[in-house]
Amino acid sequence: MCIGFEGVARLIKFLHKYGAPKRFYATSGRFLPWFAAITVILFVSGLYLGLYWAPPDYQQGDAYRIMFVHVPNAWMSMMAYVALAAFAAAGYIWNIRLADMLAKATAPLGASFTLCALVTGSLWGKPMWGTWWVWDARLTSELVLFFLYVGYMALQASIEDPRRAAHASAIIAIVGVINVPIIHYSVYWWHTLHQPASITLTKQPTIYLTMLIPLIVMSFAFMFFYLTMLLVRVRNEILVREKDAEWVRNLVEKDA
Amino acid sequence: MRSSLLGAMRAVFVRELLLFWRRRTEVANVLVFFVIVTTLFPLAVGPERLELAHIAPGVLWVAALLATTLSLTQLFIIDYTEGSLDQLLLSPYPLTALVFAKLAAHWVLTGLPLALLSPLLAVQMALPDKAMPTLVLSLLLGTPVLTLIGAIPAALTLGVRGGGVLVSLLVLPLYTPVLIFGAEAVAAAAGQEFAATAHLSLLAAFLVLALAFAPLACASALRVSLD
Repeated sequence: MCIGFEGVARLIKFLHKYGAPKRFYATSGRFLPWFAAITVILFVSGLYLGLYWAPPDYQQGDAYRIMFVHVPNAWMSMMAYVALAAFAAAGYIWNIRLADMLAKATAPLGASFTLCALVTGSLWGKPMWGTWWVWDARLTSELVLFFLYVGYMALQASIEDPRRAAHASAIIAIVGVINVPIIHYSVYWWHTLHQPASITLTKQPTIYLTMLIPLIVMSFAFMFFYLTMLLVRVRNEILVREKDAEWVRNLVEKDA
Repeated sequence: MRSSLLGAMRAVFVRELLLFWRRRTEVANVLVFFVIVTTLFPLAVGPERLELAHIAPGVLWVAALLATTLSLTQLFIIDYTEGSLDQLLLSPYPLTALVFAKLAAHWVLTGLPLALLSPLLAVQMALPDKAMPTLVLSLLLGTPVLTLIGAIPAALTLGVRGGGVLVSLLVLPLYTPVLIFGAEAVAAAAGQEFAATAHLSLLAAFLVLALAFAPLACASALRVSLD
């Protein structure tokens, strides 16, 4: 994977061309219905497969089915943070406004994924461990990740100037993404020291194909849900930021 | 060129020490906070020595962490309001180096006294004597990391409303690894179940990482805030 300087230069040129808010607004408008439709189809089929088609687990019965929501949420929470940091870094380094907006739009989505992963993890913990909250390594590092999201959003919200807000929160996102693996492994190590040999949710002996297929479908459903919501949020952000531009005025008048 | 860069760093360092010396109550406040927070725990948990000894490593480390976090808000704000921070940015020397000198001075005035004061509070918390050297050493290794990482949010929130609470919100999640290994080192030394060396080595590794990257990030943060 070597792109070279010329490749990077071309990529930046491409991003500046298609990253112009007006152009992005038009292009994304054409993609949006498709993304939304794919999301709905994947969710319906994933939930059908997960709730009816997949057999009950021989140890956990039907309780394990929360996995089909919990695990994709947990994956997305981490992926969204990496995406957030990547967008933020691109916006900070190359001064791409669209990347700033993508990062800003990703943060509440990622925080929601994290919160959903925490809530579903706790709901799953009740039948599994007999309590709502266990200081399990994964749950704990999800909690810290949630705090990182909250901090990012708080900083973003407290700075008026959009450019400074984007750059300041970009630095905190980059610092955060470097720290995420360190935090994750620290918490993991801390957990193994205090509670050796406890049951962890994802350390199943094997996962059967009939359970894996719904999980994969649900993961894609959440991914497309993220992309759809990201487009919606970014388009909204574009309209707010460009509210004085002529094309936005024309657009609003045409709709009215 | 080299000697003049070192000269500039030394000037920043000495200036910080002098300024802090002129406002010594502020430095003392951080230490008093550390003492008071630690004193609250026996009052809340009860004076039983065994129980206190059990929670002592965690309590001492959390108290040191909170005291450092409190001191962060003072790190740049006065230089920011009076304008000398702009001078630092305009200087021909790399901002990263000057920030490093500033942070070093800040640690000498907060982290170092915290670490030296900690055995006294550890006695109050009934921590076994054999854990004292590890406590001091873990704080000596850990508090510079806290200062280095904390300087980044402190720089980013300059001139932002609600800056103080925001700094804590941003920095506390980033402190979790240092807290885990710091407190665990002291607990290990107190219980002698495991050797504390591994924890201390990891703290030293965090310190090396933070020394390498944090001043750079902090300098970028200052540039964003003063743009």
